[in-house]
Amino acid sequence: MGYFSGNQYPVHKYEMVYLTRLEHFNAAHKLYNPGWTREKNEAVFGLCANENWHGHNYDLYVTIKGEPDPDTGFVFDVKRLSDIIKEQVVEKVDHKNLNLDVDFMRDKMCSTENLAIGIWQQLLPHLPAGVQLHAIKLYETPRIYVEYFGNGATGPVAEGQ
Amino acid sequence: MSQREKKVAVYRKEHFNAAHRIFNPAWDDKKNAEVFGKCSNPHYHGHNYELVVKVTGVPDPETGYVMDMKVLSRITAEEVLEKFDHKNLNLDTLYFRDLNPTAEHIAMVIFDLLRARIDPQLDLQIRLYETERNFVEYPA
Repeated sequence: MGYFSGNQYPVHKYEMVYLTRLEHFNAAHKLYNPGWTREKNEAVFGLCANENWHGHNYDLYVTIKGEPDPDTGFVFDVKRLSDIIKEQVVEKVDHKNLNLDVDFMRDKMCSTENLAIGIWQQLLPHLPAGVQLHAIKLYETPRIYVEYFGNGATGPVAEGQ
Repeated sequence: MSQREKKVAVYRKEHFNAAHRIFNPAWDDKKNAEVFGKCSNPHYHGHNYELVVKVTGVPDPETGYVMDMKVLSRITAEEVLEKFDHKNLNLDTLYFRDLNPTAEHIAMVIFDLLRARIDPQLDLQIRLYETERNFVEYPA
């Protein structure tokens, strides 16, 4: 893409813009390693190991990056981004038990770290070509959040990763 | 204004993270889902609850306090946080064995627990945020 000014050669200035959408979900979870004794789980995870679960209001920030389209001014239509996040993530986790009800968390420790990685992997295949996923920022509480930048995988995740 | 009228409201914020399920055990799953929607998911869901305790009274002439906030924080920790934080309200507490743990009922239970520990001359009100957008107050 370029633009002309009189008889000058086309000049393209790449403008990278980061666009973030915030969604919310409320879920139960516990941090409990089934390979350990209850004593070891309580020693390592404290109250978070309660076998009957506890819960959080999670705040999910999904950031994509790209250049604004010259016709729309959008990096990506944020309403479509919201729909994708809701279909691929929120509907699977909202008002659910992360340990029991969520297929992409099965056999994983339900830490906020692993949840952020799982959310990245759920979203990546559903973003259109030209839209790069930049970061997942996930607040477990107002005082605790994690960020995941995909470790270089802004395209489809290769098998085994 | 007389000294008796110079009342001040003091507020203490605390928080706890808990799982719960909203449902009526006398109803079948279909009716629970119709009335309570996702909140009746049988495997529970959860919230970061934000609790605001409001105490109103005349400041003590010797301390300048309506109530020592360190004392209020300790009482709230003992009566509320230790019982509810990182717990499953339906399974881990006695209060919600036969009482649906809606925000309304949780606020009423918290009020009763704190009322018993706070000087009866002081007014007490509980505000409980279930989410940033949904909160209750008791007494209304």
